[in-house]
Amino acid sequence: MSRKPNKTAMALRQKGSSVLAAILCILIGLVVGLAALFIINAEHAWDQGFVRIIQGGFYDFPYGVGRTLTNSAPLIMTGLSVAFAFKTGLFNIGAAGQYTLGAFGALYCALILHLPWYLCLLASALFGAVWGAIPGIFKAYLNINEVITSIMFNWIGLYMVNEIVYARGTGAMYDVKSTRTWKLVDTSPESVIPSAGLSELFHTPSTTIAIFLAIAVAIVIWVVLEKTTFGYELKAVGLNKNAARYAGINEKKNIILSMTIAGALAGFGAGLLYLSGGAEWNPLNTTTLPAMGFNGIATALLAASHPIGTIFSSIFISHITVGGSFLPTRYFPAEIADLISGIIIYLCAFAMLFRGVIARKLHADRDIPDANAEAAPQAGKEAK
Amino acid sequence: MLLLIKYTLLYGIVLMLVALGGMFSEHSGIINIALEGIMVIGGLGGVLAVAMLPPSMPPLLIVTISIAVAALCGMVYSLLLAFASIHLKADQTIGGTALNMLATAIAIILAKNFNGSTSSKISYTNKAFLFNIGSLELSVFVPLGIALLIISYIVMYKTRFGLRLRACGEHPQAADSVGINVYKMRYSGVVISGFLGGIGGLAYIIPSVQTWNFEVGVAGTGFLALAVMIFGQWKPVHIFGAAMFFAVFKSLANIADATVLSQLGWSSNIYNMMPFIASMVILAFTSKNSMAPKAEGIPYDKGSR
Repeated sequence: MSRKPNKTAMALRQKGSSVLAAILCILIGLVVGLAALFIINAEHAWDQGFVRIIQGGFYDFPYGVGRTLTNSAPLIMTGLSVAFAFKTGLFNIGAAGQYTLGAFGALYCALILHLPWYLCLLASALFGAVWGAIPGIFKAYLNINEVITSIMFNWIGLYMVNEIVYARGTGAMYDVKSTRTWKLVDTSPESVIPSAGLSELFHTPSTTIAIFLAIAVAIVIWVVLEKTTFGYELKAVGLNKNAARYAGINEKKNIILSMTIAGALAGFGAGLLYLSGGAEWNPLNTTTLPAMGFNGIATALLAASHPIGTIFSSIFISHITVGGSFLPTRYFPAEIADLISGIIIYLCAFAMLFRGVIARKLHADRDIPDANAEAAPQAGKEAK
Repeated sequence: MLLLIKYTLLYGIVLMLVALGGMFSEHSGIINIALEGIMVIGGLGGVLAVAMLPPSMPPLLIVTISIAVAALCGMVYSLLLAFASIHLKADQTIGGTALNMLATAIAIILAKNFNGSTSSKISYTNKAFLFNIGSLELSVFVPLGIALLIISYIVMYKTRFGLRLRACGEHPQAADSVGINVYKMRYSGVVISGFLGGIGGLAYIIPSVQTWNFEVGVAGTGFLALAVMIFGQWKPVHIFGAAMFFAVFKSLANIADATVLSQLGWSSNIYNMMPFIASMVILAFTSKNSMAPKAEGIPYDKGSR
């Protein structure tokens, strides 16, 4: 690969302005959060409000940091799921549903079949993949917008999983006393992801090697996207479907594969959380989809769909979420952190604009349009 | 049976109002995924208004004020979507998703702040909104919804505004070339959807219960309304039919355990799932000749060819 030097410089500039745009989004989000804190309770807004959110897990070291890591692992995976689909020009709003199915796959293999943890993880990815493949098939063969299909299948998945787990209170995975699925540690200890001493280190029951698994997957995804023919084809389909077809790329196959892999990633994320013993599934919650799926959209956008960037943006989002949970409930609601991440995604929706402005400000002299720019998230452009 | 009719009407009207909102937005060329968030914000505004107004006020005034507040909140919130997707040319689905997440956070924060506690439940009295026909108890939203349906139909098909709005969703360049201000029409479309979505949010929350926990938002009704809109092929009368069809299933989910249907042994989850499956099937069959506005989802750029 002989790259011309100016191309490398251009790529670097692109990265630089992406990072700057992300930082700008974060700063504006934090400022709005700070304003909200001041409006709610000006007296305690700085030291007991804003500082705690910024401190995140470090407010209660090491326990808080352990929690940040526990939550980061699934978030990295749902972020990767959304980012991966973006690269093929698809908007995977269905990460929440794929995550739900992944949680079911993991818990079924753990609580009913008592399989070892790595097989449970595999099952969670498999279940997520199936749920991701469906919108992909609808998109490829019927040209139905994947956003609509994903939204529908999010809810179908949620109701289905709840029905199977709960089964009117008689489900084998359902603990009537806690109204959740059985605790993994008691029922099937061999299915818990090994913690390798991390839970002692952080004084939490649920910090495991999940975070390293997630980071490893992120690196694999980066290699696939950047260094393989398959990744090149996926990105080509994302940039221009018709041009890709003309170049001999089977765009239908690539759309389905992209959604399937995105689904597997989201499902795997659910496996990482539930097999760490971080949470139990509550089948009586029929009104809200897992927030992890939607926060994945935030982290993917913040990272401009870069797999390695997703690691950092996920740790950041879960850092401020944990920080939000340490807010004194007397003064502030924990949802301030959700407000901040919501604003960050809203800004990210037109981050391309920021990026353009920053790039122009930084390099006013050299204004070369870059045809190799990342596949912009262009969901919804096709007819339904 | 009476219960089934009551629930179907109440829920169907909500779905219809919100889906009509989505219809206006999409005919102007903006995909409105944010309907769910708009409902939450509208519902929050309306509920707060009801909770704050003194109960001694004449019921008609309470109803009018709270509906106006709900509509206004929805309109203001929808402006965020309009601004991002029209002026800043942001991706509409991402902007909408962000607004949905933001809405729940805002609603919980405001509700907790209103209570001055850690509970995001708001209590209110809904007597002013209900009336009886024989033994059938209905809410004021039923006649209001029907009126709005008729108005929507007339606006969409019998006025110059409706024709222009649809032109902006089908071929904005052509619309612009004959002197229609595409930006203005798209803003109007989104704001109308905010108006209807806000009222829909209040209509969803108020009639059935006296306390609402804003942690659940509106439980996916906004997304279901999107399905209703597609099922109704972006046409007002069809949307009415689709909304009622969906509402029957939702009502069955609510009352299945109390009627003969319980012998089937189906749980509410299955009834809840059905409308989504039905709309997927319909989508699969109608995908080849979709009635969706041609230019929806594409930011309008005056300079583009």
